[in-house]
Amino acid sequence: MKALGIILAGGSSNRMQELTNHRAVSAMPVGGSYRCIDFALSSMSSSRINTVAVLTQYNARSLNEHLSSSKWWDFGRKQGGLYTFTPTVTATNNWWYRGTADAMYQNIDFLRRRHEPYVIITSGDCIYKVDFNELLDYHIEKKADITIVCRDMPAGIDVSRYGIVRMNEESRIVEFEEKPMMASSNTISTGIYIIRRRQLIEMLERCAEEERYDFVSDILIRYKNMKRIYGYKLKTYWSNIASVESYYQTNMDFLKPEVRKFFFRDEPKIATKVDDLPPAKYNAGSDVRNSLVASGCIINSKVENSILFKKTFVGKNCVIKNSIILNDVYIGDNTHIENCIVESRNTLRANTYYCGDEAVKVVCEDNARYVM
Amino acid sequence: MIRKKMMAMLLAGGQGSRLGVLTANVAKPAVAFGGKYRIIDFPLSNCINSGIDTVGVLTQYQPLRLNSHIGIGIPWDLDRNNGGVTVLPPYEKSDSSEWYSGTANAIYQNLSYIESYNPEYVLILSGDHIYKMDYEVMLDFHKENQADVTLAAMPVPMEEASRFGIVITDENRKILEFEEKPENPRSNLASMGIYIFTWSVLRDALIAKKDQNNCDFGKHIIPYCHEGGKRLFAYEYNGYWKDVGTLGSYWEANMELVDLIPEFNLYEEYWKIYTRTDNVEPQYVSSESITEKSIIGEGAEIFGEVYHSVIGAGVTIGKGTVVRDSIIMKDTRIGENCSINKAIIAEDCEIGDDVQMGIGEEAKSKLNEEIYAFGLVTIGENSYIPSKVQIGKNTAIAGITEKEDYPDGVLAGGEYIIKAGEGK
Repeated sequence: MKALGIILAGGSSNRMQELTNHRAVSAMPVGGSYRCIDFALSSMSSSRINTVAVLTQYNARSLNEHLSSSKWWDFGRKQGGLYTFTPTVTATNNWWYRGTADAMYQNIDFLRRRHEPYVIITSGDCIYKVDFNELLDYHIEKKADITIVCRDMPAGIDVSRYGIVRMNEESRIVEFEEKPMMASSNTISTGIYIIRRRQLIEMLERCAEEERYDFVSDILIRYKNMKRIYGYKLKTYWSNIASVESYYQTNMDFLKPEVRKFFFRDEPKIATKVDDLPPAKYNAGSDVRNSLVASGCIINSKVENSILFKKTFVGKNCVIKNSIILNDVYIGDNTHIENCIVESRNTLRANTYYCGDEAVKVVCEDNARYVM
Repeated sequence: MIRKKMMAMLLAGGQGSRLGVLTANVAKPAVAFGGKYRIIDFPLSNCINSGIDTVGVLTQYQPLRLNSHIGIGIPWDLDRNNGGVTVLPPYEKSDSSEWYSGTANAIYQNLSYIESYNPEYVLILSGDHIYKMDYEVMLDFHKENQADVTLAAMPVPMEEASRFGIVITDENRKILEFEEKPENPRSNLASMGIYIFTWSVLRDALIAKKDQNNCDFGKHIIPYCHEGGKRLFAYEYNGYWKDVGTLGSYWEANMELVDLIPEFNLYEEYWKIYTRTDNVEPQYVSSESITEKSIIGEGAEIFGEVYHSVIGAGVTIGKGTVVRDSIIMKDTRIGENCSINKAIIAEDCEIGDDVQMGIGEEAKSKLNEEIYAFGLVTIGENSYIPSKVQIGKNTAIAGITEKEDYPDGVLAGGEYIIKAGEGK
């Protein structure tokens, strides 16, 4: 593939509440077995992109642990590889990444030294599956300077947290607004871009000279009329994780047959770090309905409309309903959990009650784990 | 090159003919086990967990699945710059070309592989047992006793001892005598087919016995060492160890995994069992499903009911189907409203709708009454079973079957349908 990949994975979000206390959004567990960034990495790997840089900044420990080996995504070839770039102090710079453009600018040597003619930029916070070869073909066919992957959101969805684009009949983007109060269309930018590498270097250098740091507002929006920026409509599943609600909803989407088929059964599949856990175990008393269960779980009671991530232990006489239980959670006997997200590595004591009434409740307990 | 302290040679070339149609196209070590694993994963994981990073895997019978499963050893962390896993098939030589004719002959034919690492000790394993064992502890025992050969042996009930190779030892576990399947056993310590040899002793023995036909460890090499006055010791092992050589014991070992706290626990934190998996996605259990006393692999989709069964990765079980006391392997699809009782269904099978398995009375198998016993229905991999048929006990099916193959839609107990040479 004639492109290299850049995954912007540095962000946090205070709308994620306690969930991002322990990790960056890109490292959030998704869909039972995955991490958020697996979707971008797998799309790149299955599109035969050999070189991928992940730019991290916020709370990257969990993410770095996840990326400790590139073999799960079949990177780490002799040509190319998986790189993580965290801000470092250099002779000329002692800033953190001040924005997405700055993050790329601070690693401009990497961009200069590569030989791939194109760069695909994506965010590590999105759940999707895209064939970047098709995107590149489209980009070349349109003779575009930048192509933005866009998606029509269904009517009635609040799009004000996205970048809103309007295209003309040739798919050229004529308007681009970042998080407008009033959206002029329901077509949003998915945060996936393709651009010629030399063009990107030039724009980033210019941006840095002018002390501008954001890729969307300082490059895309400012160059909108000067450069040929096109939109490529994505028709398949796409979701962005930015808040507790969107995180909950995205996970619950995996209970839908079409979403499961798209990500779990249709090739190319999503790859992730292998954990070597045994298969899930259902003991007497387990009553699991409409739920996803990951490997290493042991279930002894009722689970309904929920997602159990890896290594969840559910004790006897529990009721777990409409909830997401993240990795390695121990749930004691007679516990009731409803409309909750239980943070990973938690230990919930027996006979406890957790229920999110109006909104989804994030449960973060710090109990010591007893002998299992 | 750094000298290896101990390396392992894993014998994985056997067919395991007593597993019937399950091993028609794959070697026994590559047969699925426990919803996710293959039998060879247990000795391979034991090796890496015991700190052995150099393993030769001897293959011969139907090695394709085994080869692709092992690959370069990534899942077991056996992809090493120095050592790692090496698959060793029989090969042509300038003066002779022969298959591996016995367990010791197979090792003899690979002397130069072992020489290249110049180890102090060589561990001989077989690829068809389910157990967790720390070979390093066994090696410590070997060294403490300044032994030349150490056999792992486990106590078996005295009344069953006559089915095993029995060792008779003194109070220090020094072996005095061997008895192969004795009528009146004088001890209940049964050899498990796991040996540690001091390399120089093994090399001398293999060379001395190189012209022996079908040279075998139990029959030739161990007696040769014993007669030659070498120090032989028995290392007593008391953990879980299961020979899954027959369909009955294979079924039983799988079923034991679903006990509340099984004797062989896959969920322990230490001593992980590693395997290669294509499936990482979670499994889905639908609103109408019941899943009880079962273990279910990654990516399975359950729309029916599953009781007391082991379900492999990527399996689909249709709505209204009830599966009981069965083993369903990877990627098999079962239609709707079936009733599956005490069946072993191998990988990638397709079962139609309204199929009933395990009906009626037990009858002796007409194919092989020793193999197809235990009241099981056994279905080989890549088989197809049409809708609305009934299948009795002690039956065997392999290949793409059609409605016409079932007289009046019924395959009676003890009958079989083997369609050779047909793939999907």
